[in-house]
Amino acid sequence: MIRRVAVLVSATLVLAACQREERDTRPQSALGSGEQPTPVTTLEPGGERPFHTDNKAASFEANAFHMSEGKRLFSWFNCSGCHANGGGGMGPALMDEKWIYGSSMESIHATIRDGRPNGMPSFRDKIPDDQIWELAAYVRSLSGNAPSSAAPQRNDDMMVHPSENRMPDAATLGKSP
Amino acid sequence: MSSADITGDRDISKPDTASKGDIAPERDGPRDTGMDDARLHRWLERTWRTPPGIVGALSSVDHKVIARRYLITAFVFLCLGGLNAIAMRIQLSGPQRGLIGPDLYNQLFTMHGVTMMFLFAVPIVQATGIYLVPLMVGTRNIAFPRLNAFGYWIYVSGGVFAWVSFALNMAPDVGWFAYVPLSGPEFAPGKRADVWAQMITYTEVSSLAVAVATIVTVFKQRAPGMSLDKIPLYVWAMLVTSFVVVFAMPAVMITSTFLILDRLVGTHIFNPAEGGDVLLFQHLFWFFGHPEVYIIFLPATGMVSSIIPVFARRPTFGHLGLVLSLVAVGFLSFGLWVHHMFATGLPKLGASFFTASSMMIAIPNGVQIFCWLATLWDGRPVVRTPLLFVFGFFFIFVIGGLTGVMLASVPLDLQVHDTYFVVAHFHYVLIGGSVFPLLGAAYFWFPKISGRMMSERLGRWHFWLAFIGFNATFFPMHLVGLWGMPRRVYTYPAELGWGNINLFISAGAVLFFLSFVLFIFNLAHGALKGAPAGNNPWNAGTLEWATSSPPPSYNFARIPIATHVEPLWAEREALPVATGLRVDARELLISTVAEAHPDIREKSAAPSIWPLLAAISVGATFVYSIFTPWAVVWGAAPIAITLIGWFWPKGDPEDEE
Amino acid sequence: MKRPVSMAFATAGALLLQGCAGWQSVLDPKGPAASEQAWLIWFFTGLCAVVWVLVMIALAAPLMMRSRAQAEPLAIDAGAEGRKLRVVLTAVAVTAAILIGLTLLSFFANRTLAAIGSDASLTIRVTGHQWWWEVRYEDATPSRILTTANEIHIPAGEPVRLLLTSTDVIHSFWIPSLSGKLDLIPGHINVLDIKADKPGVYRGQCAEFCGAQHANMGTFIIAEPRAKFDAWWNDQLQPAVAPAGDEAKAGEDLFLRRPCVMCHRIGGTPAGGTVAPDLTHIASRKTLAAGTLTMSRGNLAAWIADPQGVKPGSHMPVVDLDGDELNAIVAYLEGLK
Repeated sequence: MIRRVAVLVSATLVLAACQREERDTRPQSALGSGEQPTPVTTLEPGGERPFHTDNKAASFEANAFHMSEGKRLFSWFNCSGCHANGGGGMGPALMDEKWIYGSSMESIHATIRDGRPNGMPSFRDKIPDDQIWELAAYVRSLSGNAPSSAAPQRNDDMMVHPSENRMPDAATLGKSP
Repeated sequence: MSSADITGDRDISKPDTASKGDIAPERDGPRDTGMDDARLHRWLERTWRTPPGIVGALSSVDHKVIARRYLITAFVFLCLGGLNAIAMRIQLSGPQRGLIGPDLYNQLFTMHGVTMMFLFAVPIVQATGIYLVPLMVGTRNIAFPRLNAFGYWIYVSGGVFAWVSFALNMAPDVGWFAYVPLSGPEFAPGKRADVWAQMITYTEVSSLAVAVATIVTVFKQRAPGMSLDKIPLYVWAMLVTSFVVVFAMPAVMITSTFLILDRLVGTHIFNPAEGGDVLLFQHLFWFFGHPEVYIIFLPATGMVSSIIPVFARRPTFGHLGLVLSLVAVGFLSFGLWVHHMFATGLPKLGASFFTASSMMIAIPNGVQIFCWLATLWDGRPVVRTPLLFVFGFFFIFVIGGLTGVMLASVPLDLQVHDTYFVVAHFHYVLIGGSVFPLLGAAYFWFPKISGRMMSERLGRWHFWLAFIGFNATFFPMHLVGLWGMPRRVYTYPAELGWGNINLFISAGAVLFFLSFVLFIFNLAHGALKGAPAGNNPWNAGTLEWATSSPPPSYNFARIPIATHVEPLWAEREALPVATGLRVDARELLISTVAEAHPDIREKSAAPSIWPLLAAISVGATFVYSIFTPWAVVWGAAPIAITLIGWFWPKGDPEDEE
Repeated sequence: MKRPVSMAFATAGALLLQGCAGWQSVLDPKGPAASEQAWLIWFFTGLCAVVWVLVMIALAAPLMMRSRAQAEPLAIDAGAEGRKLRVVLTAVAVTAAILIGLTLLSFFANRTLAAIGSDASLTIRVTGHQWWWEVRYEDATPSRILTTANEIHIPAGEPVRLLLTSTDVIHSFWIPSLSGKLDLIPGHINVLDIKADKPGVYRGQCAEFCGAQHANMGTFIIAEPRAKFDAWWNDQLQPAVAPAGDEAKAGEDLFLRRPCVMCHRIGGTPAGGTVAPDLTHIASRKTLAAGTLTMSRGNLAAWIADPQGVKPGSHMPVVDLDGDELNAIVAYLEGLK
């Protein structure tokens, strides 16, 4: 009995740690983005779009390395030009609880890849698919949707907002007065 | 106390000599005064033994039991760290090898560094001290025995924590000194760097605990008559080391705490954009990091000072000089941390000051070397395995010390800093200066610990294998460093021509590793089949050889009186003893700091499970605290509970005095 | 006065290490700083070797002694002890004298190093990145400021001032045959003066552990005669040459449409990324990926097709390209002389 519990606990630990700590720099499917279906319509505010899943989202969304890479790319690709470090400007804020097109990894991935009306450009072909997933995982962490044990920590820059691992949990976001 | 007073049995409970410790006779139990040997043994054994059963074993506060566990655990970590090294050497045996990728390689060398420094070297020298210091000063247990047990449990949990992290692919990968910003919040995602930071905190708590226990043991529990000038050199070395620990370790605990605050809480201590500074980390770390080298090295000098006189058959030459140079090294070790940072672009004049101070520490170390050589010069010494390892120590350590002088020079250091030359240098210093004396010490004191001798023939094989393997591994590293190979590279291009020499180094590393396999075999063989050792197989002079091998739980049936720095050589017939201690309670004799006059009788703590429970709750708090700062708050509750349990008054009259 | 000694040591060293020293070796100095340091290394090594041999003789001597160690350990001959004490004190005094001498020697050598760049006419800003070097030639005329990567051209025989800093983690700039190393630290600017006596190519690499690809962060100093250097600078200031041929044109088009453009800059085209090496004249460099691969068509293709296989963990992503696209991009980059 004790042994079984121990095995179970250690297996859970291994899984949890693997998902968080894995540093996979070379994706298995380098050929990805070109083969995914182009959406028929892009006008689906708030709704979840049916999407083929290849478990990509799961391997990115709670992974510390991918999220920190996403944070680096967020700055390298000048996402702040419109989203202003997540606070919003020309583009919508990313740190609040409002999601115009849904908060799932797949929705954010689709937003970055295919663009959205009113200004969000399409980055299909401009950003490799895996980096889009990394950006999506990071964007989720901006609003407390990522586990704090994996979310990025502060940057060695001027502080623009509390670090992502100190964000209030998504569930409590927007409920405070 | 004049020397005339301590020539025979004395009853220290006489009011004139033990007034402070006097307690009313009606509460008094039986004393050892005048008791016959068999009865005395029964009494003391019943009072001092470790309770039976698993809980009993986990509650043990016997310094010998704790030290044995410490030694075995540290040796296991040595083997694990050695396996890391072998894996790295296989990867480096040729240019552009693809066996190990950079992600794993960086974890491997970081784990090698932290394991060898924090889980092997410091713990094993402290463990040797825990075993030997109480025996050498002639007392029944170490001071603060529960704190000592707590230190061991914390150390084990820190080591297990680090290695479980390694198994989970979350071992630190930022080098054993984990410079920010590489280990900082932006460039070290995940929990790997936090594991480094908390593992440091664990091991520092444990070595601080042991250091405090050692200092108090040396100052207050020496046998009557062991005035400062009669303290054995090994005990002096442990005393100085413990003081260095007490002053150096807090610096690194601050460093690792600052790091985890930056990472977890989002402070900006090391963030240049918000007014922090990344060099602050290096100053803080090396303010600990350089004394750390001496924490590892000074106990080894104590071992050398214990082994040489026995085989040279005379007391150490220049006892006072050796003590003074130990103290001088202890002080100076805090004044040269900047020579690890010459390449950071410090002001040139300031850097030259640290050249001078780094050169200066070679003087007291030179004094030690010369005094040992002078000790050996009285005639052909008896060459046995422990002395062979001491000779190996001279051969290797002197090279390491001299390359250290080279590294102290700023312009020279700028070329060889962070290359394999430095790797060679510190392995010559640490393995030559510490591991070889430790191996010699293992052969020397193994009979005391186990009651059996290790094989002399295997010992000689072991020595030559280790000696040749070591030099074949590390000497060529000087050259490849000068040819431009930086340290911590997981691979190198073929056209730089480092391939052949690296293959040679890797072969040497395998040989060196095999020498440890032979050592393990010799240990096992000695423990099971070795010839019985008797009390004093080497005919040595210090007090640990006055008791049986292995020593009984109470160390000495009657507390010996030290009349000389080598009491067993001075008193060939029978050692004078002091009596008057109670035998039904764990009583120790407390003596004065300078003269070691018997002062009071003091109870030593009884076995308790609470140190283990406290270590578990502290350990759990540390692990939890890599996830959330709230761990400090929630973890305080179980820690408080276990500490209350630990210090709960027993209703013993003495506790209430 | 120092020269003959240094020559003697250098000759001895060359004999000792024949065929081993070269390219990235401390013992093969090609500049005044490295020469001073190599001389110091040989001097220290010689002196230390003498000291070590003396200690070993002192250690071996008792083993050769005829008489055994005494049986009675406490029977010490006071006269012999006094003689020993004098010997030990003398040895300590000699040690102290040697150490003071070495300290002074190292102090004056440090002054010599500091004087090398006092009249430097060229300032180059070297910024460390994970895992490449950004090189910016400073000039009073803004249009002459030049940014390139990984390979540093300098005029031979002239002192050059390097301003070292970093935007991410700590790196260390080290060209063993020219000079000692100096760290690139975020928030600090360190000054390193170097001088190459003769034209040549000198390899170096990052010497402070900086993460996954620390091992593959090489750099080259290419020392040239002044005229050649000036010509090189002028060439490098030109925008990229227009692609020649259909394949190269297609390559340029692809470069601007695909992820390359997000990070890299190519002067004269809309590609203006600044977070990765400038590729305006990439084909004029000797190596790719910070000294990891030599420049060739095959290596360019290999690097673009699978950067994570060549430098696992580097920031160059695997981009989804088919064979024709890859060939086109390689053809384009190959033309960027």
